[in-house]
Amino acid sequence: MIDIIHVILFVFLAAIGVAIIRLRDLFAAVMLAGIFSLLSATLFTVMDAVDVAFTEAAVGAGISTLLMLATLSLTSSEEKPAVNRRQAMIGLVVVTITGAALIYGTLDMPRYGDPDAPIHHHMAPRFIEDSPEEIGIPNEVTSILASYRGYDTWGETTVILAAAIGVMLLFAAPPVSRRREDELFTPGEGTG
Amino acid sequence: MVVRHVILRSLSKMLIPLIMLFALYVQFHGDYGPGGGFQAGVIFGAGIILYSLIFGLPKAKMVFRPRVLQYLMAFGVFLYGSVGLAAILKGGNFLDYSHLAHDPVHGQHLGILLVELGVGITVASVMATIFFLFTERRRREDV
Repeated sequence: MIDIIHVILFVFLAAIGVAIIRLRDLFAAVMLAGIFSLLSATLFTVMDAVDVAFTEAAVGAGISTLLMLATLSLTSSEEKPAVNRRQAMIGLVVVTITGAALIYGTLDMPRYGDPDAPIHHHMAPRFIEDSPEEIGIPNEVTSILASYRGYDTWGETTVILAAAIGVMLLFAAPPVSRRREDELFTPGEGTG
Repeated sequence: MVVRHVILRSLSKMLIPLIMLFALYVQFHGDYGPGGGFQAGVIFGAGIILYSLIFGLPKAKMVFRPRVLQYLMAFGVFLYGSVGLAAILKGGNFLDYSHLAHDPVHGQHLGILLVELGVGITVASVMATIFFLFTERRRREDV
């Protein structure tokens, strides 16, 4: 039963991926990307990764869709047609080779849910056995993220702050169209 | 904008407090269920963004002042780092919460709570700030 759900969700994901590539209307593409994230969140829930699913639903389907829409309102909601066919063919070849290499790489990976996979024998048993006594909170994901891997989360928070500072610095400059007008009116003075 | 969208406005008036309440639930229930500071911050930020979409940027800026948001997003990282330094002062390593209280498990609880709060504050104010900047940019270009 769970296999059928997996197959259906993966087929939907692939179909949406193809649709996003073929669409010229970027507004529809952004909405489809949001649906893609929501479907991925469903897939993570089926795979019992509830925390990941929650993050995917909140960030992928929520905030990033909103930010992409805000970006579209600043630029254009229509994709420009491809420059020429030859460049498009080179792109297709590169993407196909990269995709084939990635799929070849997954052949060595342990099967999904394999109890003998290395990841289940390195640190995971220690976290599962010791975190109830050491940290004492029921959600192990939180104890790993906030305590055992506190450095990583500290770095991630700093990255988010840095992203906001970067956007603030970029947008501190006046818009390009406005700046050209300023230059026309005051040719002598330098513009920042 | 103000007169139209009556249904949207009255619906979101009901929804926005619930969204923010849910964000606080995700924030402080992260120890027991899925969620935590990052998800809570994103949900709270989405609440702020919904408010500014429905009621307009000027009103949203009156409620969530950009200046205050800038201080808040630095404060979240500051709170996180302070917890780490407090652990050093109490005789442990950086971010070693076990030393924060007499009982190591209590120290871990306290540390995780404060650290997640810091993450939540930073993420919520960063999301709102980025959206405000994008929206403001469009208004400036329209002029």
